[in-house]
Amino acid sequence: MTTTSHLLSSVLMARFAAQGFLRLDAVVPDDLNSAAIEAMERGIPGVPHGIPLDVAFPAGSFARRLVDLPPVAGALRGLVGPDPAVDHLAVHVREPNEGSAQPLHGDAIIDTRRDTFDVQLMYYPHEVTPDMGGTLLVPGSHLRLTNESDTGRYQNLLGQVRLTCPAGTVLLLHHGIWHGGRRNDSDRRRYMFKIRFNPTAPQVRLWDTDDLDDPAVRAELSTTFPWYEYATGRLEVYNRIALWRTLTGDDTFDIEHWATRVHNRPGRTA
Amino acid sequence: MKQRVLVLYLSSSALDDRVVGWASYDGTGRTKPTTGDGDDPPYVTGVDALRDGWRLFQASQLIPPYPGHEYDTSFLKHEFFFEKLE
Repeated sequence: MTTTSHLLSSVLMARFAAQGFLRLDAVVPDDLNSAAIEAMERGIPGVPHGIPLDVAFPAGSFARRLVDLPPVAGALRGLVGPDPAVDHLAVHVREPNEGSAQPLHGDAIIDTRRDTFDVQLMYYPHEVTPDMGGTLLVPGSHLRLTNESDTGRYQNLLGQVRLTCPAGTVLLLHHGIWHGGRRNDSDRRRYMFKIRFNPTAPQVRLWDTDDLDDPAVRAELSTTFPWYEYATGRLEVYNRIALWRTLTGDDTFDIEHWATRVHNRPGRTA
Repeated sequence: MKQRVLVLYLSSSALDDRVVGWASYDGTGRTKPTTGDGDDPPYVTGVDALRDGWRLFQASQLIPPYPGHEYDTSFLKHEFFFEKLE
């Protein structure tokens, strides 16, 4: 994967830790969007699980050109490191006027890892308008321990994102985020290309950390979302503290003393 | 007689607290609610639904956290089921 100077800042990394996703609007040029749509219409063969990115996507392929775009490559470098493996890829299609939506779900199966995460890239090669069934995303849901579509009962959550975006937009998602393809009420097919990446190295300080002490980092990590129940929202911040400690290697990081307080047991070692 | 079901998720265990999530199922067949079909909740609080004629028929129990999992987050905790019969 091309090394770039487009590394994520600490503020953006903190936003990912809090929200469970980042969006890169219109970062893919028109010629590549056109090539991608043609490739998706022809059909894109799968790849074996867990193979190196360089092997999965030969030079010149649209997928390789996509992940080599400086903003995409820089963001992936910060999230999953320099040599991620490709878990799998898929073309998702929401058919015109199809009449139903996917249930809200997390991909694969329940994933209890707290000190590492996979990243899913979602790429939209054409504009997604409100009636085209853009992906539903629930910000800040990625640390909830639920299994696949057991969340299907939740139709709408306050503050959810019903994605609309310009052509060439890329989302980068934590593996645990709740999402789903919405009902396409338009007369156009909606395409999305997905790649899941597995890290192959510890995900510690892989981004540009020059701004690590910027107050905006703490502000991002303190964000709560409208759908959080008041009490559980505090636990979300607590769990983010643990994630940020892992990502930075700083086991003293805290917000509002919440982690420090509940681990303070003077005179006891276990 | 047919049943319409409204599920509200509230910010706390109090029925008069604010709605943070919602779902509905329509046994009359007149509407087809689905995932991600709106950003605005049908009511601001659970009590607002009662005032509009919805009958509460189930509420989440308050269950202590499992030992060792006190900080885990999972499903929404404060789920209330309402119905209207038509």
